Amino acid sequence: MPQNRLTRLFQEKSGNLLNIYFTAGYPKLEDTMTILEELEAAGADLVEIGMPFSDPLADGPTIQASNQVALENGMSIKKLLQQLEQVRERVTLPIILMGYLNPVMQYGFERFCEDAARVGVDGLILPDLPFAEYEEEYKPILEKHGLSLIFLITPQTSEARIRQIDALTNSFIYMVSSASTTGSQVQASDSQQAYFSKVQKLGLKNPLLIGFGISDKPSFEMACLSAHGAIIGSAFIKALQQPQEVRENVRSFLKTLK
Amino acid sequence: MFFSWEGTSELKTKGMEYGVNERGYYGQFGGAFIPEMLYPNVEELREKYLTIIQEPAFQEEMQELLRDYVGRPTPLYHAKRLSEKYNTKIYLKREDLNHTGAHKINNTVGQILLAKRLGKTRIIAETGAGQHGVATATVCALAGLECIVYMGKIDTERQRPNVEKMRLLGATVVPVTSGSQTLKDATNEAIRDWINHPEDTHYIIGSVVGPHPYPDMVARFQSVISEEIRKQLLEKEGRELPDYVVACVGGGSNAAGAFYHFLDEQSVQLIAVEAAGLGVDSGHSAATSVLGKTGIIHGSKTLLMQTDDGQITEPYSISAGLDYPGVGPQHAHLAQTGRARFIAITDADAMEALRELSRLEGIIPAIESSHALAALKEVQAGPDDVVVLNLSGRGDKDLSTILTYFEQQDASK
Repeated sequence: MPQNRLTRLFQEKSGNLLNIYFTAGYPKLEDTMTILEELEAAGADLVEIGMPFSDPLADGPTIQASNQVALENGMSIKKLLQQLEQVRERVTLPIILMGYLNPVMQYGFERFCEDAARVGVDGLILPDLPFAEYEEEYKPILEKHGLSLIFLITPQTSEARIRQIDALTNSFIYMVSSASTTGSQVQASDSQQAYFSKVQKLGLKNPLLIGFGISDKPSFEMACLSAHGAIIGSAFIKALQQPQEVRENVRSFLKTLK
Repeated sequence: MFFSWEGTSELKTKGMEYGVNERGYYGQFGGAFIPEMLYPNVEELREKYLTIIQEPAFQEEMQELLRDYVGRPTPLYHAKRLSEKYNTKIYLKREDLNHTGAHKINNTVGQILLAKRLGKTRIIAETGAGQHGVATATVCALAGLECIVYMGKIDTERQRPNVEKMRLLGATVVPVTSGSQTLKDATNEAIRDWINHPEDTHYIIGSVVGPHPYPDMVARFQSVISEEIRKQLLEKEGRELPDYVVACVGGGSNAAGAFYHFLDEQSVQLIAVEAAGLGVDSGHSAATSVLGKTGIIHGSKTLLMQTDDGQITEPYSISAGLDYPGVGPQHAHLAQTGRARFIAITDADAMEALRELSRLEGIIPAIESSHALAALKEVQAGPDDVVVLNLSGRGDKDLSTILTYFEQQDASK
């Protein structure tokens, strides 16, 4: 299993990890580096950059709309990797690229891994890459380039499957908070708590980050009680829609979480 | 006359070479490229679908509905004047005579019975032109199950009568405003609904697309078409095998059903007819086998119309049932192996064929099926050949499109 900034982060810090998602090319094409710098300065622990896709199946309306705007702005994998060319001279936080498989396939999977690793990307989330295909075809390529692949689990994922995922991956497991697409307002419930504590008790080797429906300080803190940290996406995208300049929007949003 | 599936051996996918393998692939196409949120739903279906549809009680209930409710078997009609025109022997498989006007209901009848056995109480579906939506709303009414149909907002405006029919049948029609507001986005939205309802909901996909086991399951429910063709042809011609089977392909469910029991019969030429729209190279086309590259859409690896960056593009055809940017994975495999010949037909040729059949045979076909009819002149069957053409639907739903098209054509003359 590869060692990278992600795996090192989890060795150094064991709780309250804040992972922020944003869509590359949103709100403006050239905002990527600015947002990354501000996130690092404002105390995000790691970051997930969404590669926009025309048909983002697992995403709710907020992230869908940001994908559409980003594509209209001219964002593509090629463009994003160009923007990230000097990223490691400017930020040190671990970077995960999240995207659907089709654009990655068209770029060329191996070439994508090679180029992403070269600019300093640490991990990938490819939600529609099936487990069996990963194991047989893609795992060696990812390992060759030192990239971690992060898998999702949901309240419906069986224990056996969670253990399988835990065994086959490093860095962390993305624990989807409820059966939903991104950006849903999740009500804390007994069944959700039961799911969180069930997974906590499995004694997995990988840390857990909770995502989907985490939008503010109370939901972030709540998630951190049951996991090593949490992921905020849609709420951050909404924060970027505020009238202030993008740097200011990033700063004010992160301030509300502290 | 009553047709039954001939025991369990018949239920194995026909054609080891062309059928689905145990991993859900047809050659290099297929699979289940889905996010984890969908995995339990799809896995439950994958584990149970074969067992359930092979149960004698399920078969009995389905056959009874297909016979008494849908009106099967549909006739295999020897179209003499059309045959004369093309100097060959043409049979039309009259799927247009099914209840709700197309082959779509063969699949929804099967899936609603499956959904009930899975204990689901809520049904969702996507629809483009509205035919699959109507067929789903119909069987939901029959089964007394809640029905939600996702339809692109643009399509709800273009296909108003079908929206009204679905509502009359008790379904909720949700206009989809995301993306390009057409079939592909309606499908995305149905999938998102399924993610949000992982326990009580069954998703009735309308074509041989989507993650495994959908392409295989839908093909099995549509395979009654070719099963009947074989028996009917034996009665009429003294042989079960035609020389050609012709069917139109959008996602490809009617073609999958018409080809199913002929896949292994190499003497039968399979002709799949795609929509060329304004012309294959016009930038306004839905000819996926020509314009598509291998990619992933709605959980399936298949041929897909997309940009160089892998963004899915919006296809065009005058027929709302053929403008899907992908094609079922089995069809991608049939195209790649050359087992089926793919022909692309323009709007203009399809509309001409529609008028021709109306006037030669007194049958107004759907615009989708008219693409298959227009391919007859390219098939060039001989005088002793037997051609079976799957007339997948009737033209009633297309009346306003047809009238507008010919008015504009007359005006420009």
